[in-house]
Amino acid sequence: MTLATATQPDEARDKAGVSHSGSRRSGPDTAFHLLVAASALLVLVVLGGLVLLMGVGGSQAFRTFGLGFAFHDVWNPVADQYGAWAPLFGTIVSTLIGVAIALPLAFGTAFWLTAMAPPRIAAIVGTAVQLLAAVPSIIFGMWGFFTIVPFMARTVQPFLTHHFRHVPGLRFIIHGAPFGTGLMTAGLVLAVMIAPFMTAVMRDVFAAMPAMLRESAYGLGATRWDVMWKVVVPWSRTGMIGAIVLGMGRALGETMAVTFVIGNVTAVGWSLFAPRSTVASLIALQFPESPAGSLRLSALLALGFILMLLSFASLALARMLRGDTK
Amino acid sequence: MSETFVSTTGWKPNPRAARRRRADHLATAFGMLMAGILVLVLASILWTLLSRGLSGLSAAAIMKPMGPPGSSSGLANAIVGSLVQTFMALLMATPLGLGCGIYLSEYGTETNKFASCVRFVSDVLMSVPSILVGLFVYQVLVAPFGHFSALAGSVALAILAVPIIVRTTEDMLRLVPTSMREAGAALGATRWRVTLSLCLRSAKTGVLTGILLALARVSGETAPLLFTSLGNQNWSFSLNRPMASLPVTIYQYAGASYEDWVQLAWAGALLVTMGVLAINIAVRVSARRG
Repeated sequence: MTLATATQPDEARDKAGVSHSGSRRSGPDTAFHLLVAASALLVLVVLGGLVLLMGVGGSQAFRTFGLGFAFHDVWNPVADQYGAWAPLFGTIVSTLIGVAIALPLAFGTAFWLTAMAPPRIAAIVGTAVQLLAAVPSIIFGMWGFFTIVPFMARTVQPFLTHHFRHVPGLRFIIHGAPFGTGLMTAGLVLAVMIAPFMTAVMRDVFAAMPAMLRESAYGLGATRWDVMWKVVVPWSRTGMIGAIVLGMGRALGETMAVTFVIGNVTAVGWSLFAPRSTVASLIALQFPESPAGSLRLSALLALGFILMLLSFASLALARMLRGDTK
Repeated sequence: MSETFVSTTGWKPNPRAARRRRADHLATAFGMLMAGILVLVLASILWTLLSRGLSGLSAAAIMKPMGPPGSSSGLANAIVGSLVQTFMALLMATPLGLGCGIYLSEYGTETNKFASCVRFVSDVLMSVPSILVGLFVYQVLVAPFGHFSALAGSVALAILAVPIIVRTTEDMLRLVPTSMREAGAALGATRWRVTLSLCLRSAKTGVLTGILLALARVSGETAPLLFTSLGNQNWSFSLNRPMASLPVTIYQYAGASYEDWVQLAWAGALLVTMGVLAINIAVRVSARRG
């Protein structure tokens, strides 16, 4: 719409030297408008192209395996059989573990920073948490590989196998050789990666609450935790869910950190301590060895397309929830 | 809030109040623990990097190019490659991001459907998994030409930087008071003049912050470079050929079974992290002063 009005040559100004409708327009002005509108359009085109090319590239795999591609659990490059379920399962489970661990981390930190901590300490801790968010993901991967993986292999897994081996329900979750890699390790690393982002959003949400509500509750004799749990949390519920979904979106597509710690075996199983793979890690590892035009490359692009959809859905959900609070 | 009670008056705290106070203390301890864990993770990462990377970070590691294991090689071409590619990426992303941000803040009114669509898409682009950006650029700039190139890597990084610049530019321009635009218009300045010479100039610091944050974000990115600029063992300054970069080299070397390569990976990791954190701290310090 604005584009249309902008491209109209402004004859009124040219002829009479005065502008109609109160705004001066000129050649350079129109050109400038077109220029910035074109850069906005280019951003649109980039995303459109991204989705389109992923879909087109993956179409061969979708045609070969049908819609069952998403739920077929064999990924076998030797037999040229590809199904997305194993990496999808890994992505979904590691993301859920990551979010489940990050939620208390982020909520506790945001609560402490906004309501409890002395201002000076809150400033320092707040900065440290923001810096944690800036650490590149490959660094998280190396740190996880050299710190968390040995810890899981030498301490956590032997402990769990020793004590819970005979508990019927838990047996399936904890069995596996103590490699230290797997969904649990990936979930842990993802949790500390996304917790700073969730903390930041939650702090914003908590700060956006009218001070009046908070102060009234204090006036009634509520403790700080009472205020948090009975006033702030109910008031900012949708905003907090938005923070969770945002964290989820980040965890879904995380590549480098997960590739280091998940073990990279395309299999499906309930054990959280056995090597698995995720969509992003599988693409990172197998793409370089997939020849152009092969079914394998197409299957990887189809995986990328599904990941794109997941990430898009989580962002749309976060936007919707954030829109509700406004 | 003082919570001591004077018992000489004979008044006793009722059990409910005591329970609520206990819950308050528990919650405080819980929050402190959670914040402590996050700080500890940062400390652990920094400690791991320093203790493993510092010993490998010699003048030779920075001055010498990569080479076969056991040949006292360095990271020089990877460092230069990273600098070239991030610089190229910012060169492409800054005008585009500024343009898009200006469009959204100056022309993107509430009723402008195209603008709200672009705003949403820019947000989507900000949260697109970076490896998918790598795949996209591979299909556009690598597969058709039949070879990997530093240009493709730069474009991939630029795509990741654009939405960050768009978001900060729009936010910062919106903070410029309308009265300033009106004053400019009243003096007879055209709209583009008002936008560039008044609004953008007064929002300069904020916009620059956005560009720096984008720089910090893309300089540690690995995934989008894997399929685009690939990495290179040798010196290369051609944008048309594969080029080494620090993150990709770290990725290749960290999993290697040669001790000196692993050592170099840690030195590189230390360099990248220090660079990224230094930019972030600088941005925060200057923001506090401004």
